[in-house]
Amino acid sequence: MSSSASSQPVVHPAGSTRLLWTALATVVVLALLTYLVAFDQGAVSRSGTYLHELMHDGRHLLGVPCH
Amino acid sequence: MPLTPTTTPPFLAVLVRGLFAGLIAGLLAGGFAYVAGEPHVEAAIAIEEAATHAEPATGAHDHGDALVSRTGQRGGLFLATGLFGAAMGGLLATAYVLLSRRRRAEDDGRSGLLLAGAALLGVVIVPFLKYPANPPAVGDPATINQRTVTYLLMVVLGLVAVWAGSLGYRSVGAQAPPWLRAAAAVGGFLLVTAVAYVVMPSFEEVPSTFPATLLWNFRLASLGTQVVLWTGIGLLFAALMHHERRRRAATALPGT
Repeated sequence: MSSSASSQPVVHPAGSTRLLWTALATVVVLALLTYLVAFDQGAVSRSGTYLHELMHDGRHLLGVPCH
Repeated sequence: MPLTPTTTPPFLAVLVRGLFAGLIAGLLAGGFAYVAGEPHVEAAIAIEEAATHAEPATGAHDHGDALVSRTGQRGGLFLATGLFGAAMGGLLATAYVLLSRRRRAEDDGRSGLLLAGAALLGVVIVPFLKYPANPPAVGDPATINQRTVTYLLMVVLGLVAVWAGSLGYRSVGAQAPPWLRAAAAVGGFLLVTAVAYVVMPSFEEVPSTFPATLLWNFRLASLGTQVVLWTGIGLLFAALMHHERRRRAATALPGT
């Protein structure tokens, strides 16, 4: 833990290693969600292209390459 | 080990607030996109349909007898922006917590605003100026994989550019005049952005018959959607964090 008397960095209460793993898991889950919305063609969602077509307008207007 | 009393909320509390801020901001962005963008999407689809009917061999993307009706797609817009917003809000909250471990003082949500601004610049504006959003009927289906990969790379490079900017800001000492620190930040950001723009390939795929005004209006609406999204995430997340800290400070004080 780095400490300088006056301006001590705020150390998060949750343990550092545990926090990093939790953060990593969160990032993976949220990246998957982003993928489903923005890039999936049915390969991951197993919904054929239903979800892909349903969110077609959103993809265009969010600026993601669509087709 | 006794924990020092702090008003910093645990990760889960921050994450939930990020997800919620993102969901609400996403729905707001969806509302903006519905009003400002949908008419242009409709107009572009009409052009796409006309082109497909004139040349039946190229049925790249069906809109007519598709899996989801146009009404369904217009409603799906809110699903897409809502989910995308929640994901972005959650990622922002995660970055907020990870970066807060290096922060010098307890923060009141201001760095949440700063992070949302940085994300708007790095994740949206830098990629948009190189690879602007395209309406239906614009873009060659044969290059979709290439364009997706380069777009994602550009998002990463946008974040690197923002990081280079903050590195430049901090590399000039705190005792330096503000304009010099700002200049170093702009310099670091522009250096990475310029190199990225030169190195990354360009795609010229707008059909010569596609109306220029429609393209411009669509792109403006698309950029506006992302601006609404990230402005909303930043403001809502900062407000929620501010209240959470005040609440924690109020409940922590009587005990100590």
